[in-house]
Amino acid sequence: MPVSAEDWQDGGFGLYIHWPFCEAKCPYCDFNSHVARRIDQDRWRRAYLAEIDRVADELPGRVLNTIFFGGGTPSLMDPDSVAAILTRIAQRWPMANDAEITLEANPGSVEAGRFRAFRAAGITRISMGIQALNDADLRRLGRIHSVDEAMAAFDIARGTFDRVSFDLIYARQDQTLADWKAELNQALTKAIDHISLYQLTIEDGTAFGDRYRLGKLRGLPDDDAAADMFDATAEICAAHGFERYEVSNHARPGSEARHNLIYWRYGDYAGIGPGAHGRITVSGRRYATETHRNPAAWLSAAERGTGESLREPLAGMEQAAEYAMMSLRIGEGMDIGRYARLAGQPLNAVALADLSEQGFVTERGGRVVVTGRGLPLLNAVTGQLLAD
Amino acid sequence: MRLMTPLSHIRNFSIVAHIDHGKSTLADRLIQSTGTVQDRDMKEQLLDAMDIERERGITIKANTVRIDYTADNGEKYVLNLIDTPGHVDFAYEVSRSMRAVEGSLLVVDSTQGVEAQTLANVYQAIDADHEIVPVLNKIDLPASEPDRVREQIEDVIGIDAKDALLVSAKTGIGIHETLEAIVHRLPAPKGDAAAPLKAMLVDSWYDSYLGVVVLVRIMDGVLRKGDQIKMMQTGARYGVDRLGVFRPAMQPVDELGPGEIGFLTASIKQVRDTRVGDTITHEKKGADKPLPGFKPSIPVVFCGLFPVDSSEFEDMRDAIEKLALNDASFTFEMETSAALGFGFRCGFLGLLHLEVIRDRIEREYDIDLITTAPSVVYHVHMKDGEMRELHNPADMPDLTYVDHMEEPRIKATILVPDEYLGDVLKLCQDRRGIQQELTYAGSRAMVVYDLPLNEVVFDFYDRLKSVTKGYASFDYQVVGYREDNLVKMQILVNDEPVDALSTMVHRDRAETRGRAMVEKLKDLIPRHMFKIPIQAAIGGKVIARETLSAMRKDVTAKCYGGDATRKRKLLDKQKAGKKKMRQFGKVDIPQEAFINALKMDS
Ligand SMILES: Nc1nc2c(ncn2[C@@H]2O[C@H](COP(=O)(O)OP(=O)(O)O)[C@@H](O)[C@H]2O)c(=O)[nH]1
Ligand SMILES: C[S@@+](CC[C@H](N)C(=O)[O-])C[C@H]1O[C@@H](n2cnc3c(N)ncnc32)[C@H](O)[C@@H]1O
Ligand code: SF4
Ligand SMILES: [Mg+2]
Repeated sequence: MPVSAEDWQDGGFGLYIHWPFCEAKCPYCDFNSHVARRIDQDRWRRAYLAEIDRVADELPGRVLNTIFFGGGTPSLMDPDSVAAILTRIAQRWPMANDAEITLEANPGSVEAGRFRAFRAAGITRISMGIQALNDADLRRLGRIHSVDEAMAAFDIARGTFDRVSFDLIYARQDQTLADWKAELNQALTKAIDHISLYQLTIEDGTAFGDRYRLGKLRGLPDDDAAADMFDATAEICAAHGFERYEVSNHARPGSEARHNLIYWRYGDYAGIGPGAHGRITVSGRRYATETHRNPAAWLSAAERGTGESLREPLAGMEQAAEYAMMSLRIGEGMDIGRYARLAGQPLNAVALADLSEQGFVTERGGRVVVTGRGLPLLNAVTGQLLAD
Repeated sequence: MRLMTPLSHIRNFSIVAHIDHGKSTLADRLIQSTGTVQDRDMKEQLLDAMDIERERGITIKANTVRIDYTADNGEKYVLNLIDTPGHVDFAYEVSRSMRAVEGSLLVVDSTQGVEAQTLANVYQAIDADHEIVPVLNKIDLPASEPDRVREQIEDVIGIDAKDALLVSAKTGIGIHETLEAIVHRLPAPKGDAAAPLKAMLVDSWYDSYLGVVVLVRIMDGVLRKGDQIKMMQTGARYGVDRLGVFRPAMQPVDELGPGEIGFLTASIKQVRDTRVGDTITHEKKGADKPLPGFKPSIPVVFCGLFPVDSSEFEDMRDAIEKLALNDASFTFEMETSAALGFGFRCGFLGLLHLEVIRDRIEREYDIDLITTAPSVVYHVHMKDGEMRELHNPADMPDLTYVDHMEEPRIKATILVPDEYLGDVLKLCQDRRGIQQELTYAGSRAMVVYDLPLNEVVFDFYDRLKSVTKGYASFDYQVVGYREDNLVKMQILVNDEPVDALSTMVHRDRAETRGRAMVEKLKDLIPRHMFKIPIQAAIGGKVIARETLSAMRKDVTAKCYGGDATRKRKLLDKQKAGKKKMRQFGKVDIPQEAFINALKMDS
């Protein structure tokens, strides 16, 4: 019995569209984002449309629950391109009535007109990268906007869209627990129904990564301080009615980001644009897909027929591991039966008992849920649960 | 067919230098400028054969090369260069090599000046009665200060440096002058071709084509191909199959006469069958007395080596046996440990020797190893009068049957500029040393200490270097055993004893050492999801304790779109990292922890 054939339906189906350009590269960022002098928006639009057709041919008839324009800075896309892309998608797939269509935006010089055009194109939700609420820290993060500009952009966005979320980065250089608590309280008075709060991660291959290795990135909170901030984050959010429903994401109940929930529930998602990842089930088999990461390489590959650079069938064990790593991030946790079906073997009962005895996970309704105590140690918890 | 070179036209020499002062570059340049090797065959650093030697910049085995040189006076000379190991672990090999030659080039980097190894090695040369020609190298560099360094050589070493040569081994400046100085300033060897054969066994190694190759220096007599020879220490007898010289490739010759340096092969099966320093003579009409000063090299430091992946045990046995064929000073026997499985207890000349062998197994045979705490050999005297050699603290017999214990002591000689003298005395005192001598030579002090070897094997040399900024030289020899109050200290991690970390310590030093070890381990063991007590104990009594607090944060903040592959790779990396550790109960201990825990910071 091909147990995993329709496994993705537990998560739903979504489309991720990657726009790889930004006005400036932030020193901490290792997303596939680049600064380009000139972008031929028409040529790029044609490539996206061709890729949509290619993917749609392969996955016909699916009900599309969500679309996410991520980046890079997709708010730099020509609104006409966004409109054309969404029109083409609607022609190729049946859309869920309440489809969630998110666009990531940078709070630079946002004109109200542009946001209205995005809304007219079909965007229903904005996720805005505000990152910090004081100008000195924004400069240290290499951001090219001020707090005032960010707030103005946010106000325009909330005047245009029902759902607007924003991102902050914390555990920054020289940030104390008290600083962060104050900043977060302030942020939550602004927040509508959703907020993403990421601990600063030092990534290899970024400017921060290089400086860190040379010992020149000073004042980063140590693990203990960062853990305190992580715990305080959930508490403060809860006090404002925002629940931590994923490691870094908080929402009023019912306002969770549904696109990301598809990843975390290990549904199917197609990735379009440079360096986009997908998980798709074709003829009963689940594949990992990747597209060319380099924008120019992707563009010409897409024009020649496919932007895809990798398609790899996933073994049951691999799918199980991915499902576990994704689902343990969220409040609803992991379905033990689904894990076992994917893996072809039950979850390690000894590890599960040990972890639950230590209070890192709980088991309820056939699901493993990582506790507030376990969440800051999620990598170790997952590692132990999946150990051979 | 080749005639022996007359003694008057032979010069045998070595090059003495601190690491990186240009010994190998100078040797290359001498070889190249005399046409010994065609330019197109010239590889950088001809004499450093092994990868490890090249990488660490150290010479482990003696290498040799014969250079033909026509001097300005029109005469043809044979110059034999022996390149020697520079580290104290191999001090005995160095002293043998030095006794095989009559002179040394003292190479000092003229931008740096005299350093620790320069001293250690130059004193060996002086001990061997060498004529010494100072060479100030790297004079092509703007930072070169030949006058200052010349003065320093005179002050610190106490030899005349007025006629020091100004050389750039890199650009070739002064190479001709160096060759002339070798001819005119170094003495010719002495020897008697008519006397019974006496050849010194300088070194030996295994060659995959020729079998064991023996490097010899003929003192008296003549050695010919086909001769029946006898090793005077081991008594073993062989027929000489091949005789030759190094240029630096092997070149056969029919005979070697007094003063000459060359090699022989004689269907000797293992390097173990040869002894550095042994005297080789003819089986019939041989010499009646061997050359003076032979002593066998015996391992003084022992440790357990275990494969990280226990399925690699057989590969490891293979690797060890192969390495042992080529290194007589290294011993091994099988060992089993509850925590580490099957491995070997190995004996070494010192810590560097240990590290070299371990690196070679890991690199040349691609086997990851766990190294347990190094230990010296203790004499355990039982109440029934029996004496047991203890190579491994894990084998310590029940104390109720033990009468007393003895440990090996060394005589350590340290030369140090007087501004660091106080620090050196304190270091020796801290390591239970007993001062025996303190004299001055110019601005340098010479201190002689009687020290327990177990206080020296771990990190004494590193500490000495660091407290004296590299300006001390250090040499030692094992002088005997002495009774002392020794105890076995155990380390408990999360309440479980970790055998591989047990050490023998002096009772008075146990608290300090125990404290240092648990503190070190606290840094070396990664945080776990629970807190971990780390304790040092003697016979059940805890003498030091630290608690490694529980891990607080280990979570990936960002979601990276749908890049689930990245997450799966993280998990794989986690698993691979765990493989590099050993599990003791619920605790994973990284393999470096076993050896690093013993290095002390003070
Ligand atoms: N500029 C300059 N560099 C030199 C000279 N002799 C050696 N070196 C460099 O110094 C470094 C150490 O030389 P090496 O011969 O390996 O030193 P050893 O450790 O004493 O054998 C190498 O990078 C050489 O290229 C010299 O005369 N001039
Ligand atoms: C793909 S980025 C795109 C958002 C948009 N371009 C912007 O910067 O506003 C999504 C979010 O990831 C977060 N992020 C990026 N790099 C990070 C890092 N190294 N550590 C923590 N958060 C990071 C930021 O909060 C950012 O808003
Ligand atoms: S953080 Fe956002 S704006 Fe900055 S480089 Fe990354 S994607 Fe671009
Ligand atoms: Mg060298």
